[in-house]
Amino acid sequence: MNKIFETPMYAYRHSPDQDEAAPVRRKVVVVGAGPVGLGAAIDLAQQGVEVVVLDDNDKVSFGSRAICFAKRPLEILDRLGCGQAMVDKGVVWNQGRVFFDDRQVYEFNLLPEKGHQRPAFINLQQYYFEQFLVNRVRELQQQGAPIEIRGRNKVSAVGTHDTHVTIEIDTPEGSYNLEADWLIACDGANSSLRAMLGKDFVGRVFEDNFLIADVVMEADFPTERWFWFDPPFNRDQSALLHKQPDGVWRIDLQLGWDIDKEREKKPENVIPRLKQMLGEDVEFELEWVSIYTFQCRRMEQFRHGRVIFAGDAAHQVSPFGARGANSGLQDTDNLCWKLKLVIDGKAPESLLDSYDAERIHGADENILNSTRSTDFITPKSHMSRLLRDAVLDLSERYEFARPLVNSGRLSVPCTYDGSPLNSADALDGPSRTRPGSPCPDVPLQDGYLLPRLGGRFILLTIDADAPDMIEEDGIEVTRLALSARDDPTLALKARYLGDAPSAVYLIRPDQHVAARRPSFDESLFRAAIRRATGKE
Amino acid sequence: MSDLILTPNIDGADDFYADLLSAHESLDKAASDAFNARLILILANHIGNRAVLAQSLAAAALQPEEEMK
Repeated sequence: MNKIFETPMYAYRHSPDQDEAAPVRRKVVVVGAGPVGLGAAIDLAQQGVEVVVLDDNDKVSFGSRAICFAKRPLEILDRLGCGQAMVDKGVVWNQGRVFFDDRQVYEFNLLPEKGHQRPAFINLQQYYFEQFLVNRVRELQQQGAPIEIRGRNKVSAVGTHDTHVTIEIDTPEGSYNLEADWLIACDGANSSLRAMLGKDFVGRVFEDNFLIADVVMEADFPTERWFWFDPPFNRDQSALLHKQPDGVWRIDLQLGWDIDKEREKKPENVIPRLKQMLGEDVEFELEWVSIYTFQCRRMEQFRHGRVIFAGDAAHQVSPFGARGANSGLQDTDNLCWKLKLVIDGKAPESLLDSYDAERIHGADENILNSTRSTDFITPKSHMSRLLRDAVLDLSERYEFARPLVNSGRLSVPCTYDGSPLNSADALDGPSRTRPGSPCPDVPLQDGYLLPRLGGRFILLTIDADAPDMIEEDGIEVTRLALSARDDPTLALKARYLGDAPSAVYLIRPDQHVAARRPSFDESLFRAAIRRATGKE
Repeated sequence: MSDLILTPNIDGADDFYADLLSAHESLDKAASDAFNARLILILANHIGNRAVLAQSLAAAALQPEEEMK
């Protein structure tokens, strides 16, 4: 069978840029055509910003890799025009089982909150994810959007200047140079751009290795997530089984830190382990096996002048909680509207420093959560092991212990508390929509709220008056007028009003709340717009 | 806000203490340690209040009382 990850999706093609005597200047160059790089490029191209994506490869991801995509990234993908394809293909699950040693200790149903267009998450192989993004790039190209992917274009050197970046690129036909006003580095955990700039990760260092396998199974396994602590087939480590589309199951076996990677990867060593895990009689075929090594660290700063790092290139976390690709998409969601305003001269360059402030806050939250999961899954001391085992033993019998079981906390978007772009909270409303928060979705009579917000500044009024449009120093803000009555399920009231009778929200293009008040006040909202665009 | 009780609060203190010892009597070191860990978690959940739990952690660390608030 010809797998999609074996076919070049963006084969090398000669670019006229390679024939120019002087380097051609591009608006934005994105390095890396993974989920984060493609997400950034689509976002910019949709806003009319010229963007060239360089990738040293020409195929989508080999193997399932990122696999779990959470609600917020799916909402971002809706804005990027490819959320539906992901959700249609992906697998949704709510049931899970937790095993400890040789027994099941409990099972659970996630019971996701109602009133959201998108599920809490989907399982989807990264190669499909990237394929849908590449499809979207092709669609934008047909519509004449200024976006291009250059396969087998490997960046070999970068030079940073106050006004631009110079880039040296190796191709199968030799090397050429480009210039870019801005460079977004999305070249993954082993980012060569990070190395070229001499920047490294800081923070807590720990490493672990996982054997990850995609297995095609005939067995009629239920669509559930199974997590093992200290199972007989992988002593002192963890294991995870997940369903993916096309009858492919994803298996993660934690291996610990000091291992022989080549030996562990050999099918004759992998297959007996999987048989222990799945049962001797289960027929399966190994589609892909890899060893994944992670660290929990981030760069000290994500922005270095005109080079901006995003995704795994900027920060790395453990796989528990699916915080890699998910947080990377939130990076570019945060960055691209700011970059567009700066490129258009509608905001000062310093607005980009808020990307650092907000996404470092997000990265730290992810690192904290995934560090806690790692400490539970791999206890680092005798006492932490004792307490962990006590939690698992109790969880078999008593419900109270189950929330303490930490096999990864699902990635939820970060609230940018304390961001320089927030205005002080002036509404006695729900905490979940305080300034800095990502807007939670709400069902309306004809669809959902988030698609109505789109990717521009919005003045959301709920049972409050305001002008249909305000413009403040080049920033246009469009009103979306709603009433609590528009949502008979009362989610709009619960999520945006609380006990307040009315509210006016200033919402950023990345659908985060910038300011909120009980009613419209022109001078205060004008100040909030200036603040949200780095002007005060 | 409720405070951690650090004055006598158990009816029949001697009986409770004897119960605690006898619960450990037939256990080896590993089983005793595991028992204690479970007991701590059960009691912590019963208390629930994070402020009281934080005060309990400080009290168990033998911190001076004025630093516990």
